[in-house]
Amino acid sequence: MTFEEIKKVLQEKTVGIAGAGGLGSNCAMALARVGIGKLIIADFDVVSESNLNRQYYFYDQIGKPKTDALKENIQRINASVTVFAHNICLTRDNIPALFGDCDVLVEAFDRAEQKEMLIGIMLTLFPEKPLIVGLGMAGWGMFETIHTRKIDNMYVCGDEVSEISQNLPPIAPRVGIVANMQANIVLEILLKQK
Amino acid sequence: MKITLNNNSETIEGNSLTIENLLKVKNFTFKMLIIKVNGKLIQKEDYSTSTIREGDDVSVLHLISGG
Repeated sequence: MTFEEIKKVLQEKTVGIAGAGGLGSNCAMALARVGIGKLIIADFDVVSESNLNRQYYFYDQIGKPKTDALKENIQRINASVTVFAHNICLTRDNIPALFGDCDVLVEAFDRAEQKEMLIGIMLTLFPEKPLIVGLGMAGWGMFETIHTRKIDNMYVCGDEVSEISQNLPPIAPRVGIVANMQANIVLEILLKQK
Repeated sequence: MKITLNNNSETIEGNSLTIENLLKVKNFTFKMLIIKVNGKLIQKEDYSTSTIREGDDVSVLHLISGG
């Protein structure tokens, strides 16, 4: 496919991104560059200085809601992407309505509890919808341990073992690798759907 | 019995086993898990009653923080 053909398919598609931290912000930017038609993004947090070691925000955006800052950054790169940015905390109650109509959903949360909640809801209510999970990307190096695992319509990206801690922080390279793996799988799925 | 666990073939003693016991046998002690058997999500409250049998395809995802 030529890039023009790719863009034509993608501009009809809707991708949901649950969380706009290290995974969500970087994944959103990759999807915006290739011209996804509609991005639905949700996060409750504001940009802080400590986020800048991995998240796609700028120093002058500190203090802004991440959803506002990300929408701004996406549109500086590709103004043709329609961005629905929801500055809310995702819960059991609002996830189905927000993401029910997406072609694909990217799980981009930080905390394990949130990941468990989102995956549980999606596999219960929308088992056919492709769900791209980021799992295990703290630290540095260890590139060969990063993989994707397909479980029915769920795709797990990461090493599945490197949990964040004081001495194993999430930092740009590995977080960016996993975020872009997620975006890459989104493209693979959407371009197959046509 | 033979089952598939996370894409690996495993032999487990007995003819059936609850999810709860499988987690004990395999030493999966993590609190946050997603478990699918033959493509179907097993709800947490069913771990003690839902059973695994010969030939079942079991996927266990262990959730950790970071993102």
